[in-house]
Amino acid sequence: MLGPLEVRFVGDEDVMGHVVEKQQGLQPWCRDVVQTLGSVRIKPEPAECDQESAESVNERGYLLGLGAADADQPCDGMLRAGGDLFTFQSMRRRNTVAKLGSVLVCTPGGGQVTSQPQKSPPGHDQPYKTENRTRGKKQCFESTAPYQLRTRLKEAADLSEDSESQYSSSDDGHSHTADTKSQPSTATPHRKSTRNPNLVEEYFEAHSSGKVLTSDLTLQKLKTPRLDQVVLRELLGESCSPFTTELERLQRRSNSLFHKWMLQLQLEFSVLLYGLGSKREVLETFRRQMLAQRIHLVVNGYFPSLSIKAILSSITEEVLEHEEPFRNSTEQLNFIRRRFKEDPSLELYLLIHNIDGGLLRGLRSQQVLSELSSLPGLHLLASIDHINAPLMWDQTSCSLYNWLWFEATSFQSYAEETSYENSLLVRQSGVRALSALTHVLRSLTPNARGIFKLLAQSELENKDNSSYPGLSFHEFYQQCRERFLVNSDLTLRAQLTEFRDHRLLRSKRGAAGVEYLTIPVDETTLTDFLAMEEAET
Amino acid sequence: YSTSNLSKCFMEWKPSRVGERFFNKGKAVSENVRVRFATYESLWQQTKEEIEALQDNLNKKMFGSLLSFIKNSHSDLQSKSKSWSYQMRCSEIPTAALVLGVNVPDHEMTFQKLSDLLQESLTPYVVCLQGKDFTAVKQVLQTVLVHLIGRRVYDDEDEEDVFSVDFSQKKIFCSMASLCGWYRAETQKPTFSSPGKKRKSSSPQYEQSPPVVIIFKDLESFLPKVLQDFLVICSNYIQQLPLILIFGIATSSVALHRMLPQSVSSLLCIELFQSLSCTEHLAAVIDKLILTTKFPFKLSGKVLRVLTSIFLYHDFSVRNFIKGFQLSLLEHFYSQPLSLLCCALNEANARVQDLTHDDCELIRQVPSFMRYVESQDPEKQVELLTKDHYLKDTVRKLLNDLHVYHENYLPVLKCLHILTTSLPKYPLGKQIRDLHSTCLEKEVWETEDYSSAFQLFGMMAKDELVSLLTRCLDVLKSSEQDNLEDSVQKLEELLTRFQNLDKEATTTQKSLQRKTNLYQLQKAETMLILAVQRCTFFHLFLIIVYFCFFCRDYLLPPETQPLHEVTYFSAASTLRRHLNAAPRNALQTALNNPYYYLQNEILKSETGTIPNTAPDICIVYKLHLECGRLINLYDWLQAFAMVVNAAEGNDPDTQVGKPVDKILHARFIRAVSELEFLGFVKPTKRKTDHVARLTWGGC
Repeated sequence: MLGPLEVRFVGDEDVMGHVVEKQQGLQPWCRDVVQTLGSVRIKPEPAECDQESAESVNERGYLLGLGAADADQPCDGMLRAGGDLFTFQSMRRRNTVAKLGSVLVCTPGGGQVTSQPQKSPPGHDQPYKTENRTRGKKQCFESTAPYQLRTRLKEAADLSEDSESQYSSSDDGHSHTADTKSQPSTATPHRKSTRNPNLVEEYFEAHSSGKVLTSDLTLQKLKTPRLDQVVLRELLGESCSPFTTELERLQRRSNSLFHKWMLQLQLEFSVLLYGLGSKREVLETFRRQMLAQRIHLVVNGYFPSLSIKAILSSITEEVLEHEEPFRNSTEQLNFIRRRFKEDPSLELYLLIHNIDGGLLRGLRSQQVLSELSSLPGLHLLASIDHINAPLMWDQTSCSLYNWLWFEATSFQSYAEETSYENSLLVRQSGVRALSALTHVLRSLTPNARGIFKLLAQSELENKDNSSYPGLSFHEFYQQCRERFLVNSDLTLRAQLTEFRDHRLLRSKRGAAGVEYLTIPVDETTLTDFLAMEEAET
Repeated sequence: YSTSNLSKCFMEWKPSRVGERFFNKGKAVSENVRVRFATYESLWQQTKEEIEALQDNLNKKMFGSLLSFIKNSHSDLQSKSKSWSYQMRCSEIPTAALVLGVNVPDHEMTFQKLSDLLQESLTPYVVCLQGKDFTAVKQVLQTVLVHLIGRRVYDDEDEEDVFSVDFSQKKIFCSMASLCGWYRAETQKPTFSSPGKKRKSSSPQYEQSPPVVIIFKDLESFLPKVLQDFLVICSNYIQQLPLILIFGIATSSVALHRMLPQSVSSLLCIELFQSLSCTEHLAAVIDKLILTTKFPFKLSGKVLRVLTSIFLYHDFSVRNFIKGFQLSLLEHFYSQPLSLLCCALNEANARVQDLTHDDCELIRQVPSFMRYVESQDPEKQVELLTKDHYLKDTVRKLLNDLHVYHENYLPVLKCLHILTTSLPKYPLGKQIRDLHSTCLEKEVWETEDYSSAFQLFGMMAKDELVSLLTRCLDVLKSSEQDNLEDSVQKLEELLTRFQNLDKEATTTQKSLQRKTNLYQLQKAETMLILAVQRCTFFHLFLIIVYFCFFCRDYLLPPETQPLHEVTYFSAASTLRRHLNAAPRNALQTALNNPYYYLQNEILKSETGTIPNTAPDICIVYKLHLECGRLINLYDWLQAFAMVVNAAEGNDPDTQVGKPVDKILHARFIRAVSELEFLGFVKPTKRKTDHVARLTWGGC
């Protein structure tokens, strides 16, 4: 029945409600993205889950599908909600590390320490306890601690008051659920609504300002600012992990999969290991146990001067016993492909430690490797460690690799893998550099050696002058001529090219277009080198 | 340390054909394992063949039109007609643009098929080019020449070494002109019918001047400059060389015009071919592999959901879907000893006969079988648990039941799908795979969607419903299941009565028309309409209720069937972990919560906290989380030292003034360089002794 027209006032909220509903249907992903970005650090409550999934049927299906997990898998890292791990936190103020350190130290019990006080709701008594302890001990600290640390420890006393604002992590709104007592109930929805833009703003705020708020202390304050590799090794040899039994258990679990891997490799899958800890040991054991009787090739991907060419060459030369050189890697790859296709009985196991290693990361290397792994007789077993490693592969190479992922968290230290890294903290002993230097120079003419010595001497003379730009080319040429080392500026340039190729020389254009030459080798090595040269002559 | 980058390469031979040995976790190969592996291989082989046949079938239409396009475009050239349209088009290169969809890895198969097909029927001159191989036109030309000329060389001199290909290419100057010369010589040479060579005699007869087909597999990944130059060069030779280009396009035809300026694209005569979309492709594959009784192997609802979600949310790749299917097949046969019986019914019956005592014991331990035993009489229970031959008989009967269950399940599922897809908003899913996985997971009639779907039936127009029901009946009849026959008859009966309602109404109406009194007529008509309506509703209701019962009888989830473990693979989480792993997640879990992996009581803690006894790298990681963009190494070291000292029971007061212990320092260095190795921090020059964080926030 048509009654008289009814006119009703419609508030903005109602209109918004309709609009939002429409949008929900249209862009489930937009909403979704925001939600995952700011999702909860504690496990999401079931009720919340329902609400979220109701918004988009598709998403629910996805979660159901991907969340389909048996509870009996104790070590399935992915069972954890992504929000547990990937959340935003606000910027820290300066010196938080030291503050935090002091908190960690002072918490009673020696065991359970919060490193992220924002986890415990504000009503929780833990931060206050910490505070009391710190206050109690403050006096003692003052007597012994260095000044900087002392001031920071003073600040640490105020830590718990600060903690709410300072550590206000993005997910505060969520973590204050039913168990919050002191939090005013109105605060939660308010925060929730303003949270998301804040996140983005926080990020840009943190990354835009050029100023960095950290203390100015340097490692020079330590007695031994830098240790060198050998000493480091010795020192680490003395300490051992307290979790040997647990580590063994992890290793045993990986080892129990060996037969499965072997089967899957045979069926043209490739096996990829991931997880924290060095997987060298696992792969080595696998090699020893399963591959002793088979042809295999081990590639240490973390080695800093590995090239894809070397891998291909060792396959052609050592496995296929083909000595002739190839013009380029494509041809070499085609040759390998042909050989494997012709001879189905040919089998090769390729073990790559760290397929994400620095020099294998390139597009070209990955392409070649993926092509290799797709050959029927070639079985690939590899490990990755870098957090962004999976970004190396596009769809095509992924499908060529035909990966099966296996988690092999081992908690072993990356001793071998990191030994090549030029860490900030490790002093380069220079042994290697020196031997390289002498090797290169041995192969040169006496004149060339003289040229290098000249340059080295001028470098050492000016070692205390921090603004020393290097030896200008012209001046250098004059000096060389005086000693009858070169007769023209062209010969000098030819010699310098030689050094440059061996990375013994770096040239830089100065302000007036003058070319300055420096040796990119540290002083001690240079001094040693000169001393050695002296002794020889 | 070992500086050997390629350390070991053992040269020992052991050619051995695989598998079986690894199937049983290294133990001696038992009969069970051997049979299982053989079954796996035969099933996988069967799957592969099915899929190949299916893909041939799917691509048939597109290939057919493509082939006729290629044939026609060069017959035009041959006719050498002087017509105006020919003059117009003679300088254009006939080009086919294949829009194939975003799942690039799948294209490989399509192109392989296409080039095989072309070589079989039309022309021996087919070259496939891949975009990433080329950075200059010269390389493209070179590859084309090597492929065309080299191939012929290889064909002509069968016995000669493969390397002749490489040598022959060096002799010729790589240019389009030399290709033309070669082509002229090749087509005029009467070698095609020379009887001397085996290969020739078996090769199909091509037409007089077969076209040269160049396939660009992935147009988008070619450098635009290279492609443009190549096309311009080609267009200059089109009179002498019947060239045809095929572009594989992953995105849309717009990409072509974006890459080629008008001056170049005007040289092409492009015809567009659209391949089947990947979702349709998937639907076909699922129909072939999963919604069939042909394969004894089945996927559980969760597994199917994992596979389809990977497809829909990650790659759109049918190939990966099939890989997932293969993996589940492998996992099933590897981990489930009862998969021995997962084969065709008569074969399974034979295998039941050969079961050993151990196998029988395994069957008794299967949960679904245990439930079945519990539901039996006590004396039967005893027999089942003690007598092997009685058990075997029962197992045979149960397997048969399972088979019958599958045969009934599918037609009913299809019916339900037919009914629900016509409803607005698709309450039970648009695709039959959605409905299938819902039915597999739970009792579908318990779901909310189901009841809402049946509510919607009530609102449907009668004609529509009738046509749907007839379609359902057709499906049910075509399935030719004895068990379904009764139900089919019943449903048919209902349907005819439903349809006849209309006729009854009209006949009564006719009889009414004889009455003359207008009032009476009106009254009678209203009564009649009401009666008919009531009747219609009643019948509708009957049909729907009947259908409901129908579903309840046949769409039971497989978990209710005894011995479903034999054929159903349900380890969805394993599958997901291997196919769609989250390596970063695992890494962060290990760093954030080492207890998760190490299971040592001293590491146990509430969420978000980390005990100071944790491994060094965890502590260092946790400390670094509290920092901003840059981290001061000295402060970091001090904090680390404090935490570790506290863990070792040293009083922090006494430690503060002391210099950091050397071993601690070394441990810190190790942990930091490990973090650097993992990609969390990197050295920076912006401030002395600082490192930069590479992640943002708590991750």
